[in-house]
Amino acid sequence: MKTTSEALDVQSIRSDFPILGQTVYGKPLVYLDNAATSQKPQPVIDALLRFYTLDCSNIHRGVHALSERATKAYEDARAKIQRFINAGDPGEVIFVRGTTEGINLVAFTYGREHVEAGDEIVISHMEHHSNIVPWQILCEEKGARLRVAPIDDRGELLLEDYEKLLNPRTRLVSVAHVSNALGTVNPVRKIIDLAHSRNIPVMLDGAQAVPHMKVDVRDLDCDFYTFSGHKMFGPTGVGILYGKARLLEEMPPFQGGGDMISSVTFEKTIYNKIPYKFEAGTPYIAGGIALGAAIDYLNSIGMDAIAEYEHGLLAYGTEALLPIPGLKLIGTARQKAGVLSFTLDGIHPHDIGTVLDQEGIAIRTGHHCAQPVMDRFGVPATARASLAFYNTRSEIDRLVLGLRKVLEVLG
Amino acid sequence: MPDLRDLYQEVILDHQKRPRNFRKLDVANRTADGYNPLCGDKVSVYLDVEDGMVRDIGFQGSGCAISTASASMMTESLKGKTEAEAYALFHRFHELITGKTRPQEDSASLGKLVVFAGVRDYPVRVKCATLAWHTLRAALEGDNKKPVATE
Repeated sequence: MKTTSEALDVQSIRSDFPILGQTVYGKPLVYLDNAATSQKPQPVIDALLRFYTLDCSNIHRGVHALSERATKAYEDARAKIQRFINAGDPGEVIFVRGTTEGINLVAFTYGREHVEAGDEIVISHMEHHSNIVPWQILCEEKGARLRVAPIDDRGELLLEDYEKLLNPRTRLVSVAHVSNALGTVNPVRKIIDLAHSRNIPVMLDGAQAVPHMKVDVRDLDCDFYTFSGHKMFGPTGVGILYGKARLLEEMPPFQGGGDMISSVTFEKTIYNKIPYKFEAGTPYIAGGIALGAAIDYLNSIGMDAIAEYEHGLLAYGTEALLPIPGLKLIGTARQKAGVLSFTLDGIHPHDIGTVLDQEGIAIRTGHHCAQPVMDRFGVPATARASLAFYNTRSEIDRLVLGLRKVLEVLG
Repeated sequence: MPDLRDLYQEVILDHQKRPRNFRKLDVANRTADGYNPLCGDKVSVYLDVEDGMVRDIGFQGSGCAISTASASMMTESLKGKTEAEAYALFHRFHELITGKTRPQEDSASLGKLVVFAGVRDYPVRVKCATLAWHTLRAALEGDNKKPVATE
């Protein structure tokens, strides 16, 4: 039933996701592990099936009908993604394997070109390992220094401390738009303004933002933005790196191979134009097309409606969890996306996960690939329920009942 | 469907809440650290071994109910055992929790450790139950240069 606080017809939406209809251990599945990966609506599954059933062919090379169809579908998907994030040109939209590859691409092309011994890269304390390790590798290679902007006990970035880290040796800032472990929505516009006023470019890890809110890369004025298809209801193995054309054009290629060249002789290779310069080899064509289908699906619901609905669900979930004895929320930022990370006194998250699983409830337990965040909050791990627009209040109620069971079995 | 009570038996929960031999041995002559990156569990095992015999054993660390109870009950099982008996017990324990033997077949030699038989229905938890044992083996073998990782 639709109420005024619910902007979406969730029951109808749920019927678009065939996986959600199943039972686990005889109980209806409650899928609350969306920050790890999201489920796929039928149009995305159909797009994958359609490609392999009707259009399978390589792109950008064949003269035959199948190749033309495949190329058109793939480039149409790129254009959809461009419009979805409001990039200025399809050339600024590079298909990669996912957020991790997007960050590595920037570290090992832009980074290698611009970072020298004694230079600095700024990240934050709430980053996923994928936004830490590539920069560590780069810094080690170059003799540069990784600087980490601190966070407070709520899990909010300390903007003043961040600003103090910016200096003439800072070559790049790379931070999460939304924290995967805490749910914090970072004040990215402010982060970007502070960096840009010192001519420092900014990369945003948008893996946890794009599925949950409207993202406009030109409005943000970020220099690089990267996200994963599988967290936004598309396939695994495909993601996007957005970069400003002016930066991408001067960057060296990431990998060498087919499709990224204009001409090759043994003496010299001329690279293709952007975005193809960064797309060596045959990509995950079906995945790119299916990501386009995921975007069509998201647009049909509307990102603003999704954000509003999830906001309501997060507020409901927060209220529902807090009265549970011994429960502590990790991540209580004022601006939060749909992540409920928590601990229970005396009960290890892994045990919480096993008991909930028996109740048909899927959550993530562990360090969420963000060990420095766990260290910051003095916990080895947390349990994390992460929301999507197909989740309901009654599923939150099931989670609460499941946690009562945890206390009964292990308390 | 497996019953949670088979996994979280009373004895296991008791050892989780009141782990035995939860201390660093000042006289330890063999030690090793273990780490399960999947869930962040950490354990350190301290042994006082003389003439091939475990005279005393302790452990410290943080982990889930299964890994804490497993470490605690391991220390109880090994006091007074020879190194060869310790390896043999680990082998039988591993066979039990991976479902290769049935608890009733081996209950005499495993003693109280048979309470971990329920782990075989939870394959992802096998690493929790064996972390302390892998660490023990590293300590006995003197392989303590870097933490034992279960992943």
